[in-house]
Amino acid sequence: MSAILMPKPDERVLARRDAIIAGLAALLPAASLITEEDERRAYETDALTAYRQIPLAVVLPETTEQVSAVLKFLSAEGVKVVARGAGTSLAGGALPTADAVVLGVSKMNRILEIDTDNRIIRVEAGVTNLGVSGAVNHLGFFYAPDPSSQLACTIAGNIAMNSGGAHCLKYGVTTNNVLGVKMVMIDGTVVEIGGAALDSAGLDLLGLVVGSEGQLGVVTEATLRILPLAEGARPMLMGFQSAEACGACVAAIIGSGIIPVAIEYMDRPAIKVCEAFAHAGYPLDVEALLIIEVEGSEAEIEDLIGRITTIAAAFNPSTMKVSQSEAESAAIWKGRKSAFGAMGRIADYMCMDGTIPTGCLPQVLTGISDICAGYGLQVANIFHAGDGNLHPLVLFNANQPGELEKAEAAGADILKLCVEVGGCLTGEHGVGVEKRELMIHQFNTIDLDQQMRVKTALDPKWLLNPHKVFPLEGRPV
Amino acid sequence: MTSILLPEAEVEIEAIVHEAAGSKSPLAIHGGGTRDIGRPVQAARVLSTQALTGITLYEPSEMVLAARAGTKLSEIEAALKANRQRLAFEPIDWRPLLGTRGEPTIGGVTASNAAGPRRIQAGAARDHLIGIRATTGRGETIKSGGRVMKNVTGYDLVKLFAGSWGTLGILTEVTYKLLPEAETETTLVLEGLSDERAVAAMSAALGTPFEITGAAHVPGNPSRTLLRFEGFSASCAYRRDRLTAHLKPFGPVTAVEGEASQALWRPIADVTALGAAADDAVWRISVKPSDGPAVGARLEAELGSRLLYDWGGGQIWASARDQGDAGAGIIRAALSGGGHATLVRAAHATRAAVPVFEPEPAAIATIAEKIRAEFDPAGVLNPGRMG
Repeated sequence: MSAILMPKPDERVLARRDAIIAGLAALLPAASLITEEDERRAYETDALTAYRQIPLAVVLPETTEQVSAVLKFLSAEGVKVVARGAGTSLAGGALPTADAVVLGVSKMNRILEIDTDNRIIRVEAGVTNLGVSGAVNHLGFFYAPDPSSQLACTIAGNIAMNSGGAHCLKYGVTTNNVLGVKMVMIDGTVVEIGGAALDSAGLDLLGLVVGSEGQLGVVTEATLRILPLAEGARPMLMGFQSAEACGACVAAIIGSGIIPVAIEYMDRPAIKVCEAFAHAGYPLDVEALLIIEVEGSEAEIEDLIGRITTIAAAFNPSTMKVSQSEAESAAIWKGRKSAFGAMGRIADYMCMDGTIPTGCLPQVLTGISDICAGYGLQVANIFHAGDGNLHPLVLFNANQPGELEKAEAAGADILKLCVEVGGCLTGEHGVGVEKRELMIHQFNTIDLDQQMRVKTALDPKWLLNPHKVFPLEGRPV
Repeated sequence: MTSILLPEAEVEIEAIVHEAAGSKSPLAIHGGGTRDIGRPVQAARVLSTQALTGITLYEPSEMVLAARAGTKLSEIEAALKANRQRLAFEPIDWRPLLGTRGEPTIGGVTASNAAGPRRIQAGAARDHLIGIRATTGRGETIKSGGRVMKNVTGYDLVKLFAGSWGTLGILTEVTYKLLPEAETETTLVLEGLSDERAVAAMSAALGTPFEITGAAHVPGNPSRTLLRFEGFSASCAYRRDRLTAHLKPFGPVTAVEGEASQALWRPIADVTALGAAADDAVWRISVKPSDGPAVGARLEAELGSRLLYDWGGGQIWASARDQGDAGAGIIRAALSGGGHATLVRAAHATRAAVPVFEPEPAAIATIAEKIRAEFDPAGVLNPGRMG
């Protein structure tokens, strides 16, 4: 048995399944309603694959009006709704329950408007993250947040989880790059929050919606900021013999006034696996590796790399290598971006997502190593070193009874450690079901009650993506 | 007679709010008292955060600073300057525009979500605010966010509090991420452009990879259009040359460097460049940048407004005679295509009669009302200030 429990389904809803499906069928084209068990199975899990549950039904609306009609109907029927983008959540954010209807936005995938004069793009929420950049790259623009799953993940999911990525050190995360959304409330009301201007009147509801994990409404359209592409970019690799030296080097670079576009850290186990997969030219004889990327014109890149090299020399790097070609740059990033996939080839793993004050890195890495050793498990660490977002990959064998539970327990201990040193449970993946019960380690009852009151204010019956984010105990409903 | 409460700790604030909520006696929430913006609050008592002071955390190498809400902005800026760091959103100093005195506080900066010209590139206060503590209208002190810059744990109440003007709770402590100061800066100046042409020039510059951190247009005779970029001096020199070439269709460009460049931006950030008469009302209008010139032209024609364009045309400061509705009807009609207008400066009587903030569509107003009721059920914190 897994450690995360989902509540028993509502028998009254299960008993009315036929009537609920008939009601949905009246609101949607036939191709937008999935009822057969083998087809519903495709929606039973997301990227947290240890947890699975076939939903009551799946709807794939094509328009905001259909989303509105579906939500109005389901809320009147008291049926839970789990909104789903591409199902790439590592936190179980799109995990259904047996008594819930999954509402997928995948058919709403049109680019609605590109406006380079005002540096905005308006898209339907089912457009993929990379699809946004793809629509404007030829015009010299891009969309900045770049989660590793960007090929598949949707803007809807990015907004729900306030996704980040490797390049957010310079460009911010989703919440800093969204200007407006069209959203359907649980009762079917359609609202427009924000728009083409840089701010909006009244309370910052957009700021609240981004990162609310699909619990406050279903986003169907978004207005996003697009930014001019840099003239060029170049990564460099730096290897160190200790986490301490590596961490101190990062602090010195930032302290000098340079904000690289990305500073990615890998420890020895992560380097080994990624190099075997991507042949990126990573050094195998170091304890810590940095990928530092800078942007600008050729001369600016040269200047920044020169400055960084000078600063780094004081920390005795054992490797220092600047990419010499587009192909080499691509390989360097391929190694990093495919880290999770590469790790998946050698073992099952739990990908954790805490954030720590950057100065605590050596101490936390030691702590993680001790925690995992205590459970008899291996761990590899990948770290957005500039912003403190740490991804320990806790390796285990799912076919070995009890190992998943051990990995989950180790993961929970790691996240508690992140909170203890002044950090948080999740930097970019979201709470989902995965970290729901850990919320009491970061927040007290007063904090959590106030967040839950916001949920209740906008979704009084807790029908939208319930059983996520907040501990099951102590809920108002 | 207004009495001023000066609590020194969260527990004192909690007690005051408990009592106020119980007796339904509203509190006006003040920081330094330099932002007399919004609908005037009817309250017999002022709760000031001025005694809740002190920087509680500053880690230059982690680029993070936390301070109690009543800490003076000047104290924070001095501490940052000593480490060549800054609050990148360029907080506005409202005193010259509003004729207020006193010292802006970091809590006030946060509650008003103010941002200067660098908004177009770096974002507003809300984009740099990473943690808050606040005492809600329930008399309970909550926290949201923290001291790390990437954090999606739970709902983002941090953003909700930025720009909530003291209506959800009393901020007691705020945590900001910081950025390094730039080594130098350059401003390119174009003269004599029409408003429309100026916004086109600003759009052309903002569409380049040269990281413009200020794009403003000051109409006049001649008008001046300002484009700022910052960074290492060699990089600024490079970008100066590239942008000068890129902007050639808009006419000759003058480059102003370093401190002289800095001096150009303070009057934009603090809105003194608008040159509004002392007794004029002043509006802040936020629009899609390309809509800016048409909105501006209408205000000029129908209200005789003086104008100042910032944020590449997306933010317009406009003056209007402070009589009747101070131009609210005409300005808001001009925004039917999108955007919003805030009556930043006007006599109390005008602000009591005219919605200071853009009236929201009914569905949005309902959502905001429901949320506010969860934070301040008795409605005692700055009631009515946001309309």
